[in-house]
Amino acid sequence: MDPVLYGYMLYVISLLTMGGLYAILTLGLNVQWGFTGLFNAGIAGFFGIGAYTAAFLTTSPDSSHIGGLEFPYVVSWLVAMVIAGVIAFLVGKVCLQLRSDYLAIATIGIAEIFRLIVNNELWATNGARGVSEIPRPFESWPEPYNQFAFLAVVLITLSLVYWMTEIARNSPWGRVMTAIRDNETSAKAAGKNIETFRMEGFVIGAMVMALAGALMAHYLKFINPGTLDPLLATFIVFVMLIIGGSANNKGAVLGAFLIWTIWSATELYAADLLSLFNVEDAGIRSAYVRIFLIGLLLQIFLQKFPQGILPEKRPSSPTKNGA
Amino acid sequence: MAEFINFYLIPGIVLGSIYALGAIGVTLTFGILRFANFAHGEIMTLGVYITWSLIQLSGFNSMVHIFLLIMPVSMLLTILAALLIDRGFYKPLRASHTIILVIASFGMMLMVRSVTQFYWGVQLKTVLPGIQPRMTFFDFLNISAKHIWIICGALVLMYAVHYLLTYTKIGKAMRAMSDSPELARLTGIDTERVVLATWIIGTALAVAAGVFLAVDTQVETMMGFNLLLPMFAAAILGGVGKPYGAMAGGLIIGIAEELSSYPWIGDQALLSPGYKQGIAFAIMILMLLWRPTGLFRGRSF
Repeated sequence: MDPVLYGYMLYVISLLTMGGLYAILTLGLNVQWGFTGLFNAGIAGFFGIGAYTAAFLTTSPDSSHIGGLEFPYVVSWLVAMVIAGVIAFLVGKVCLQLRSDYLAIATIGIAEIFRLIVNNELWATNGARGVSEIPRPFESWPEPYNQFAFLAVVLITLSLVYWMTEIARNSPWGRVMTAIRDNETSAKAAGKNIETFRMEGFVIGAMVMALAGALMAHYLKFINPGTLDPLLATFIVFVMLIIGGSANNKGAVLGAFLIWTIWSATELYAADLLSLFNVEDAGIRSAYVRIFLIGLLLQIFLQKFPQGILPEKRPSSPTKNGA
Repeated sequence: MAEFINFYLIPGIVLGSIYALGAIGVTLTFGILRFANFAHGEIMTLGVYITWSLIQLSGFNSMVHIFLLIMPVSMLLTILAALLIDRGFYKPLRASHTIILVIASFGMMLMVRSVTQFYWGVQLKTVLPGIQPRMTFFDFLNISAKHIWIICGALVLMYAVHYLLTYTKIGKAMRAMSDSPELARLTGIDTERVVLATWIIGTALAVAAGVFLAVDTQVETMMGFNLLLPMFAAAILGGVGKPYGAMAGGLIIGIAEELSSYPWIGDQALLSPGYKQGIAFAIMILMLLWRPTGLFRGRSF
């Protein structure tokens, strides 16, 4: 194969893998924000809990960090999801009966506390030096088949999560969720236990986020507190969901792939563009320009197209179909 | 005893004063504009960098000049920026659900930070060069001059806020709107003017808090973000929408953070200084569990 073409192919695979991982994360957020209307400003926390759990459970024994248990992948993912679910449950217990702003503050707090712990408990997490040599499924296969195989793992997981969230959205459960989101009082009047439903949405979303984090740890093979950067682990996920279309699972997936492609493609050109204008340190500074523009894109969508590219489609009521 | 006061209690009061000033802005925005403003910390950072640039331009670098001459100018410039942000990004969303405003402010946080990082870079900078003199009172009280400036400055500003809210028309309108926006509108209060006043006061205090912190430590692009959680915690501790609550909450959290690393038991720090930032969060969660309306019975949403 032509080496240039081969290089492009590997780039596209990495683009699709990262896009797929973000799509899982965005679907998790969609359960929380899209369906339930809960603003989680600490996605990075749940994502990080998933990433570190998977890393500790699947690596070989290493004196620089705890774990090294060499668990099977699927077991470690399930454990990661359970831990994130428990923590989400505890946060939810404190905040869900209060107004949504408090949840936003508490979740960003959880994410920052998790980062403090990871940074400070050197014996457990190796601090800023991070956890390395995290295994990746199929990595022993020859290049580029190992890349394809991991992409397949990501896409299959994404399809499963998509399928399950679609079923949830169309079920009576999903309809109660959106009813609570849109009009809490009337949902309460209809006899729905609002706090329980909210809690379910919040916990399920957090578990999906942890799954994405676990897969990301395998893909990157190395994680450190920088992996939990609020910009790339929280903010961009919100941008993906709001631009793609809140409460629409297709929109969430579309937004993830679209924004990740824009984010990663501009990395190639932004620096060159800046050096045309004789900006010093164009390489470092271009990152800030990209963050600014992605933020501006979010603001434009919030003001002009709050529905996103693919607006929400409410499932039709079963009685209308003559059921 | 002297060590406890000089190295734990006084730094705690200094940090607490800084949190208190920042938290007043958070609680006013929360009470009057009804949203948790995530960009408040970044406005603070912006004000600090503007101050730093003005110091470089003018060549004045004594504390008298910084606090009395340069800080007012940078307050004005930062207020201008905050008002432009409100007009461009928050005002169009005023009719939306408030959580949309929280998201917009979250986006604004990263946008303002990227502007600061683009223009000024991420290297550490200092406002005050050299070592500051320390003063001794009553043989044991050993305070550095900058700490006296910060504590006195914070007291003056807090008194100004108190005066404004208690004796001026706009201040009374602000309190009315914080207590009940519908009632305030019915009585003919010009809500947009109250919003304007909220941004002006909140931003001016944020700049003061940021400059105090910069004088005490150094200038860096994450300083505002690092203050965000303590400021939110202080606002919730004091009661959302209650400026006096924010002052008390800020002081309590600042003092608690510093005292947490005092060797209360044995000769080791009670809590590793690396976890100082966690104190604010812990206090906030306990408060939400025990009394979500805060010490001063603020709003419960």
